Amino acid sequence: MQTPAPFEYARATSIDDALRLLAEGGEDAYLLAGGHSLLPMAKLRLARPELLIDINDLTDLSYIRRDGDWLAIGALTRHAELLASGEVGELFQLAHDAERVIADPVVRNRGTIGGSLCQADPAEDLSTVCDVVGAEVVIRGRGSERTIPVTDLHAGPYETTLARGEMLTEVRWPIHARTSSAYEKVERRVGDWAVTAAGASVTLGSDGTIVDASIGLTAVGVQGTIDAARDALVGQQPSEQVFAAAAQAAAAASRPSDDTRGTAEYKRHLADELSRRVLRRAAERAASGS
Amino acid sequence: MQVTMTVNGVEVTREVEPRRLLVHFIREDLRLTGTHWGCDTSNCGVCVVLVDGTPVKSCTMLAASAGGHEVRTVEGLEQGGKLDPIQDAFMEKHGLQCGFCTPGMMLTSRALLDANPDPSEDEIREAISGQICRCTGYSTIVRSVRWAAEQEQKARDGESAAGSTADEGTHETADHERAGATA
Repeated sequence: MQTPAPFEYARATSIDDALRLLAEGGEDAYLLAGGHSLLPMAKLRLARPELLIDINDLTDLSYIRRDGDWLAIGALTRHAELLASGEVGELFQLAHDAERVIADPVVRNRGTIGGSLCQADPAEDLSTVCDVVGAEVVIRGRGSERTIPVTDLHAGPYETTLARGEMLTEVRWPIHARTSSAYEKVERRVGDWAVTAAGASVTLGSDGTIVDASIGLTAVGVQGTIDAARDALVGQQPSEQVFAAAAQAAAAASRPSDDTRGTAEYKRHLADELSRRVLRRAAERAASGS
Repeated sequence: MQVTMTVNGVEVTREVEPRRLLVHFIREDLRLTGTHWGCDTSNCGVCVVLVDGTPVKSCTMLAASAGGHEVRTVEGLEQGGKLDPIQDAFMEKHGLQCGFCTPGMMLTSRALLDANPDPSEDEIREAISGQICRCTGYSTIVRSVRWAAEQEQKARDGESAAGSTADEGTHETADHERAGATA
């Protein structure tokens, strides 16, 4: 039987209450959202929380709403809610592509977007989604609030730039016209972490030229989007040759390692192939206005 | 710490360690052993219970977090001495062999039918994709869920056409299927 080491438990009644508990709890106080990363890590004693602050009652952190040119998503919004949202699927197709292959439906009933980003797992699909769409995240502390690009949230594998006593409260995705996106991952079996995955977003001008683009990769040692891939796309008409050049640039920027999921060479091949596929699909979607 | 929740319609209060996982709370503190305990890593799905009607892997939820919520286990499927249609279905369509995955499969299926009374085969397979069965190859589970959906539809039709013979038809189908399956 896997059981976490003992900890204290507190249930936050408001965001301010959670921030107070975090501040008073010190070094080893952790927020508990969906728990599908933290509890397994606590069972393996990879995480040794002294205090778990359960934020599942904070329903005011659970929302998806249009805010001008942004889609604002509360940190406690569950994967299942993102997948059920027509607005998410319409504006950010890659998010639905990704959600369909994140874990399984029962896990998606619990896991949250805020927890996924703060776990900072290099194989986390939603981190790539957020990188590709150019997300911002809202971070609150006691008496402070700041908004930063999601690329500044992630400091490295399993590491964020959140200070002690801070919590992520909202994720913001910018909405752009004539922009579509796609995400695809190769996994060993249903619900597994990615061997490799790719996400792309493409903005077409009125003459069909690519005026903006971004490509991100999952689980192959790349943080943020890949500038060289963007450079290969912007100003070009969508074509297989252009996609191939961008995909090769993306694969060249990857830094995969050999592990049980595959060899570095195989993952680099996937980075190239999956990049082509998501570019193709994103461009098709943008051209058809879907 | 003290935790109070509703389990199968009954309010229960117990003293637990904060680290107590919901699956062990259900099995050991409440002695409701119909909920199974498998991989411990939220992969296999045998520990699925419904929390406020939503399927959840109870090995990856604290009992403390379930406080104030409504939990439904396989023991809560039967109502007033009558099996839930999903339970009848797993018998009629041989949705189980060893039975280890069955409680979780039935609860996820119950939640699916509550949200979507007429699911396609693909929708059923998607709904149970977080749960592992090593006996059936899933085909008979999918057939069971479809059968339950059809029975529930017939029951609804029967209710709307008061005094109809829909119930009789149901039993004929069941007997026929049973004979076919054992032949």
